[in-house]
Amino acid sequence: MENLDNTIGKPQSFYDTFERKPGKDKQIVHYCPGCGHGRIHKLIAEALDSLEMADETVFVSPVGCSVFGYYYFDTGNIQAAHGRAPAVGTGVARANKKGYVISYQGDGDLAAIGTAEIIHAANRGENMTVIFVNNGIYGMTGGQMAPTSLEGQKTATSPYGRDIADMGAPIRMSEIIAKLDAPVYVERVSVSDFKNINKAKKAIHTALKAQKDRKGFTFVEVLSACPEGWKLSPVDAIKRLQDVMETYYPLGQYKNELETRPTKAEPLPRPSDKDIMTALGVGDKAAIINVTDTFVKNFKEQRVRISGFGGQGVLLAGTTLGNLAMHHELAVTWLPSYGPEMRGGTANCHVMINNSVVGTPVVDKPNVLIAMNGPSLDEFENTVEAGGTIFVNSSIVDKKVKRTDVKAVYVPMTNIAEDAGIKKAANMVAVAAYLSYSKAMDLNSLIDLLKVNFKKKELVDANIKVIHAAKEYVEKNCM
Amino acid sequence: MNKEFIKGNEAIVKGAILAGCTHYFGYPITPSSEVVHAFAQLAPKTGCTFLQAESEVAAINMVYGAAGCGVRVMTASSSPGISLKQEGISYIAAAELPCVIVDVVRSGPGLGNIFPEQSDYNQIVKGGGHGNYKCIVLAPNSAQEMCDMTIKAFDLADKYLTPVYVLTDGYVGQMMEPVTFPSEVKKVERKDWALYSDKASKHNLVCTIRMSAEEMEELNIKLQKKYAEIEKNEQQYEEVNCKDAEMVVVAYGITSRLARTAVEELREKGMKIGLFRPQAVYPFPKDRLAELANTAKVFTALELSNGQMVDDVRLTLNGKRPVEFYGRMGGVVPTHKEIVEVLSSLYKKHLA
Repeated sequence: MENLDNTIGKPQSFYDTFERKPGKDKQIVHYCPGCGHGRIHKLIAEALDSLEMADETVFVSPVGCSVFGYYYFDTGNIQAAHGRAPAVGTGVARANKKGYVISYQGDGDLAAIGTAEIIHAANRGENMTVIFVNNGIYGMTGGQMAPTSLEGQKTATSPYGRDIADMGAPIRMSEIIAKLDAPVYVERVSVSDFKNINKAKKAIHTALKAQKDRKGFTFVEVLSACPEGWKLSPVDAIKRLQDVMETYYPLGQYKNELETRPTKAEPLPRPSDKDIMTALGVGDKAAIINVTDTFVKNFKEQRVRISGFGGQGVLLAGTTLGNLAMHHELAVTWLPSYGPEMRGGTANCHVMINNSVVGTPVVDKPNVLIAMNGPSLDEFENTVEAGGTIFVNSSIVDKKVKRTDVKAVYVPMTNIAEDAGIKKAANMVAVAAYLSYSKAMDLNSLIDLLKVNFKKKELVDANIKVIHAAKEYVEKNCM
Repeated sequence: MNKEFIKGNEAIVKGAILAGCTHYFGYPITPSSEVVHAFAQLAPKTGCTFLQAESEVAAINMVYGAAGCGVRVMTASSSPGISLKQEGISYIAAAELPCVIVDVVRSGPGLGNIFPEQSDYNQIVKGGGHGNYKCIVLAPNSAQEMCDMTIKAFDLADKYLTPVYVLTDGYVGQMMEPVTFPSEVKKVERKDWALYSDKASKHNLVCTIRMSAEEMEELNIKLQKKYAEIEKNEQQYEEVNCKDAEMVVVAYGITSRLARTAVEELREKGMKIGLFRPQAVYPFPKDRLAELANTAKVFTALELSNGQMVDDVRLTLNGKRPVEFYGRMGGVVPTHKEIVEVLSSLYKKHLA
């Protein structure tokens, strides 16, 4: 182990003069007489010195008395919102994967307002060191009750003493953190006397070294006096720290898996731009369908509503149609019904296709309705524009279209799909039937598209069979 | 063919990664979840870091931490989640960190429902969290713009050192359209103010506290100067048939798509009506809108809200022209017929 005895003088990891500190005195810390923070800061700086970590460390200052940590530490510095230091530290650790993070927090910050952040940073095993300074009081805001204030302790917000039945018991964070799987090292120390300060120094050093070795999350709770908040003289405050605090919060190691825990994996190098583009599937691809200007120019706007049971592939029928339209150089939108609507058992989608610009993607008044089940026909029949076409899945829907001003095309979609060997392909029958009947887009282009989009040859072949069966049925029975 | 038929929410993610975004911290919420799904899916294949945070609050603070380290970073959420993030966004604005936040707006207040609304306008455009800050807010109305504006958002964030929103809604997020993606991945330069966990950057400080009133005012003045610069440079809009319009409809996001169809139909019926679409809602495109008041006689704001953007229209026109408002709430999207009726009756009221 590195030399831990070099305690004389200002550590290298402190600034020589505290230029960020306002006021004339740039040599001493801003803490009150008898406060433990200055001592703890020094222990951290000494550990950073002996481990040569300061250059690669980002120190996260919390909200609380130690909000000005950045006055002192000659490291990278970032200051966090109240309780959020472990989340900010997570962001730092994930951005600078080869650096180190110290999240320095008080008891209000860590054990009250920031409970979620500390638990989850610990649970993820972030490669960071948390120094948790527990003095059982809110110092900065004027001596209010902390989650760690002891039973009966009088504070500005527990003026009659902390009543455990009403305000909860003082929370023991080290014990909680140690129960989680991920943390590798958890110890509670105290800066009460020479012996304990030495133990604190060793614990902080051990925790930081573990971080340097990429072992993961380390947590050191430091019991510390707050004479000002406790309304005691510095001498009496130390006595209370020893007699009362150290009794309720037992010192010692709560977890140490440094020997057995593997080092975290090195970050992978960033892929090349080409690999990123490939992963995203972007870039120029060969045209699948040859489209003429005349086709685009003469295209008549299709406002399609497709509706059916959840599980009938209604949404996929719509996206297939949309994709096909895009490959025909048409303007197209697809909009699903979503959320509770879908959970209710019916699904429907809107597909708008035209040859210029699609304004609204909402198909209020379709000129094509594909009703895959009875309720869909009931719901949307009356919305269809006069002269429009309704495709009915006659395998499931017994009733007939009541309207006389629209065309009705009955196709046993489910049966055709089953006969062709893919029960689930009723949606493909629907699309093929619509295209065969309307000739809005070339049916063969649908097959060309499937050949590119489906990876498995059997699936392509099966779908081609379905498409042909749908076409034959429509040509024979519906035209 | 270099297009992909893709959902707006997914186009955001591909756009972000092409913009050089390497970090995503988020929490799932409908109707923004495709963003978080797509990033989780693509992150390991593209060398990006994805983390599902324990809360919206944690997620935005992770963004703060990573942004402080100079990487391009983003998060996405929907209205109630954005409310939770506001604390962190105030800190990000104060620390002058660049990041991109996507808000796929849903219906509120409260838990509301997952249908589209534009009721986050005030909390997004007017600041939202505590303090004197604003964020740049881009408002796409198509899947293509979801991609393009996400990329632009990263550039603006770095240029002005500020959080930038992509403000959208359940419809634009869920809607699929053809999108052409750029054919390069942007390079991100080292930032001289950021923390890289190295010797060269260790004297940098990311901090939002200013102990004296004078210093805090100084930071505030600096921010206001930045916003003035943004208002001068970054107004962005699209207009359809506005030049000779007597009535100008003002709408952004999904509402502008609905309005466009209605406006075109009413034009065919002989009404001199145009559509003005703010593509950025902060800075609001007030210069051009004010100019249109020289020719147009009446303005109508259409929103899926109780009337939030309309305040910016009124401020811009400053009483020079009457401003009408029509909005639906709760996730109700007005039908085409409804919009046509509303606009034609307002047109007749003012111009017949």
